[in-house]
Amino acid sequence: MSSIGTGYDLSASTFSPDGRVFQVEYAMKAVENSSTAIGIRCKDGVVFGVEKLILSKLYEQGSNKRIFNIDRHVGMAVAGLLADARSLSEVSREEASNFRSNYGHDIPLKHLADRVGMYVHAYTLYSAVRPFGCSFILGSYDEDDGPQLYMVDPSGISYGYWGCAIGKAKQAAKTEIEKLQMKEMTCRELVKEVAKIIYIVHDEVKDKAFELELSWVGEVTKGRHELVPKDIKEEAEKYAKESLEEEDDSDEDNM
Amino acid sequence: MDGITYQCLGLLQLKTTILAVKFNGGVIIGSDSRASMGESYVSSKTINKLIQVHDRIFCCIAGSLADAQAVTKMAKFQLSFHSIQMESPPLVKAAASIMRELCYNNKEELQAGFITAGWDRKKGPQIYVVSLGGMLLSQPFTIGGSGSTYIYGYVDAKFKPDMSLEEAIQFSTNALALAMGRDNVSGGVVHLVVITEAEVKHVVVPGNKLPKFHDE
Repeated sequence: MSSIGTGYDLSASTFSPDGRVFQVEYAMKAVENSSTAIGIRCKDGVVFGVEKLILSKLYEQGSNKRIFNIDRHVGMAVAGLLADARSLSEVSREEASNFRSNYGHDIPLKHLADRVGMYVHAYTLYSAVRPFGCSFILGSYDEDDGPQLYMVDPSGISYGYWGCAIGKAKQAAKTEIEKLQMKEMTCRELVKEVAKIIYIVHDEVKDKAFELELSWVGEVTKGRHELVPKDIKEEAEKYAKESLEEEDDSDEDNM
Repeated sequence: MDGITYQCLGLLQLKTTILAVKFNGGVIIGSDSRASMGESYVSSKTINKLIQVHDRIFCCIAGSLADAQAVTKMAKFQLSFHSIQMESPPLVKAAASIMRELCYNNKEELQAGFITAGWDRKKGPQIYVVSLGGMLLSQPFTIGGSGSTYIYGYVDAKFKPDMSLEEAIQFSTNALALAMGRDNVSGGVVHLVVITEAEVKHVVVPGNKLPKFHDE
């Protein structure tokens, strides 16, 4: 499915004859090279799950985080070039902080997604800079507006979702997410399903070891975005591993 | 404070009486209607000190009228832009925060204090005080201006939380009438604005219809 731009892809300020900006599309390919991140919105909150590939046994556990806190009530899970993602998380933090300083209350998630999307879009207009090579999922929970989930991609577009996935296994993850009835689930139920999906889409052959990063924000955390507590995370991973074994067993029976 | 500074500050007193009070389902914001220059000249008998900064948010102003008008004009613009970006009516807290930022960041040049009151979908009726230097405080009722010093006892004794609309109107009218009766730089008519989810109602009580107290 790779199409070569040949001449029209040298800078973001050039359209191709068929109306595409290749640099932005190449940036999206950079996201597809990274490991998977998913975010799902349920009845009373949002849960993020990231498949963090461990490239070296020497890595400290819990380092190289892919989930960031943007404000007390907003979390961001990223996929793509991590350096770009970290820089965007700082930009988002500044936006949220300035909003609070000017208007005295928490930034609504749609507004934050629009503002950061505008920033990302600005880098797709000029030849002097390259587009950001990362997509990210923003999630928040508010007593009045409920849970919200938005995804921003390298073109600067942002959409609201009930569930979305970014990274190399996003198609497989989307299929799994579509099977869920997330509108009726609570965060505690959803945490286990998110862990299960990450375990399902992880490719044991190509990528060996991985660490699961789980975070949530919702009624269960009183509106604060935090990493899922260790005991709940262990329970979720246990559920995920057991579900995988069950499926393997059932496959064998069918044969 | 040296002698000259104290004298300058003395000339620019908060010359008015303003108040705001929360009742069951809404908020009333009120003021007198006198503008004065110096201690003895009344430059206007019918000025409106209640400025609408958005559909359900009003400010009443005290201090230098010029500074207050400049700040509210700027706040009105910023608030309308903010509300269009948010695609929803602004929170009262957002309006008060905008005024606070303007007052605090320009505290050297400005001499104006505000009471911001209104209704929003999230927290219902609210009242915020933005003082001279840029302090922001939320209160169930508040009074301000030079005339307010004469009615602290009255409002402290008579305020009840969750009053009905009629009780709240009576409370505000009485308070303003008492202040206007004793403060030489407050007077004229009583302007009240009643803000609820459904509507904004402007009530004017002319001088001869004001409640009378035993000294008159």
